[in-house]
Amino acid sequence: MTGMGRELTRKTATELAAAIAAGDVSAVEVTQAHLDQIAATDDRVRAFLHVATNEALAQARAVDEKRARGESLGALAGVPVAVKDLFATAGVPTTCGSKILQGWVPPYESTVTARLRAADAVVLGKTNMDEFAMGSSTENSGYGPSHNPWDLAKVPGGSSGGSAAAVAAFEAPLSLGTDTGGSIRQPAAVCGIVGTKPTYGGSSRYGVVAFASSLDTPGPLGRNVLDTALLHQVISGHDPMDATSIDAPVPPVVEAARHGDVSGMTIGVVTELAGDGYQPGVMSRFAEAVEVLQGLGAKVVEVSCPHFKYGLPAYYLIAPSEVSSNLARFDGMRYGLRAGTGSAEEVMATTRAAGFGAEAKRRIMLGTYALSSGYYDAYYGKAQQVRTLIIRDFEAAFSQVDVLVSPATPTTAFDIGERADDPMAMYLADLCTIPSNLAGNAALSVPVGLAPENGLPVGLQVMAPPLADDRLYRVAAAVEAAFDSRRGHPLLAEAKGLGA
Amino acid sequence: MITRDDIAHLARLSRLALSDEELDHLAPQLDQIISSVAQVQEVAAEGIPATSHATGLTNVFRDDEPRPCLTPSEALSGAPAVELQRFKVPRILVEEG
Repeated sequence: MTGMGRELTRKTATELAAAIAAGDVSAVEVTQAHLDQIAATDDRVRAFLHVATNEALAQARAVDEKRARGESLGALAGVPVAVKDLFATAGVPTTCGSKILQGWVPPYESTVTARLRAADAVVLGKTNMDEFAMGSSTENSGYGPSHNPWDLAKVPGGSSGGSAAAVAAFEAPLSLGTDTGGSIRQPAAVCGIVGTKPTYGGSSRYGVVAFASSLDTPGPLGRNVLDTALLHQVISGHDPMDATSIDAPVPPVVEAARHGDVSGMTIGVVTELAGDGYQPGVMSRFAEAVEVLQGLGAKVVEVSCPHFKYGLPAYYLIAPSEVSSNLARFDGMRYGLRAGTGSAEEVMATTRAAGFGAEAKRRIMLGTYALSSGYYDAYYGKAQQVRTLIIRDFEAAFSQVDVLVSPATPTTAFDIGERADDPMAMYLADLCTIPSNLAGNAALSVPVGLAPENGLPVGLQVMAPPLADDRLYRVAAAVEAAFDSRRGHPLLAEAKGLGA
Repeated sequence: MITRDDIAHLARLSRLALSDEELDHLAPQLDQIISSVAQVQEVAAEGIPATSHATGLTNVFRDDEPRPCLTPSEALSGAPAVELQRFKVPRILVEEG
């Protein structure tokens, strides 16, 4: 790769958009630099399931032509974005990391990716993920795991692990993920980047292959807070095609990211998101981040959310219940894999056994159990009541504080293979992130340094009330500026997994 | 306690033709997961309403206006088998007798 190409992949999305708009560099040059970086590194990272080389270069050329004609450019004109492989992209394969959708090419476009294209962004390709977004490591992908750019033997988190790894490996300045139980925040945390789960209903689910519809939230990942806010803004807002989309203005996230300031804010540390199972280096970096916030003028108080400890069990009833219903559509009849012979019912059962991986099967059966008559009230019904209690915990907390903070994950990135066949251990990776999915509020993870014991990134989770997504960026921008100035460089400059 | 027979029954309900090896592997895992998630039953939830989703929105309608939709060939583009511009599927009804 040429020196100029390398330089382009190190720039922020904000810088790239400005340079392209000013004519300092062409969109084609920027896209080609990222395609070159993918060619140079992705055999090791395996972030992408499909690189849309021709489509990306055509989009970039269209941006350059638009500029040459003097037309006004979109907010992300010419900026390459990697897209998690569960957003329907017309004419570009979409597999959801599943063998059951191998070779499927959607005939329509998701709202979120349509907005990306309307902002003149360039879709580089589709990123690896745990099958149907179920997992915390990408090991549940039907196409093999992605690798963490900090240490290739570690997982990049999941389910949006390919999207996080692509951004951390400088293969794309921005990426799109979805967060159902932590699937943006957890991979962002363990890859040392920023990732946001917007308020549920703030970003459209139209054209996002459904996992757990009451929890699924599309959101942005980026290398810094401002870039992430920019993408957040572009993909958000009301969509009549999604009945759960909120008809309200998009919170001023970009403005907030430009003005990181926590003076006068009250920040709550959640008592229950600490203790047994939390890695010492995660807790020491978290404590340091809280001190930084105090130093910047925030008032820090401790807040108890007593029902958060039931978040994990409630989630592992609600999400599988919705999965067992949503994945019923994969029946081998209208699209995707068809396997076996005999009656329609035999073909369905054979197709689903052949096409789904182990975790999808586990969760379908768990959900079928939780919804069956005789068990419904004791499992699914009870979990829905816990959901109410968690919402009340948040409401009580947000009556005292502006935002809540916790570690984003209990541990740093774990080894590939370590938890692959131990579902309960894998589920613990989402311990801190799940409450915000159950309650539907906004939350993000921002890097706060490396765990001393293993040199791997640690994320700070910031949680804000529904539709107060801008508060996340205000806090995260302040934290990022404080740590960057203390360190003298962005955290990712220390990532060594790819050499150099 | 979830038995292997329970798991085999769940697999049938879920339309998953699992092998014996898969059933042997999944049975103890599902038993462990179900005993763990049963913790939700500890919560005293007398009189607590259930939350099915977080926005509180109900009955969202949009205007009933004609708009462009997929063409038949687009709709059939992912089909495993097509005949006469229709999805071709295996036999659904089984003859009696």
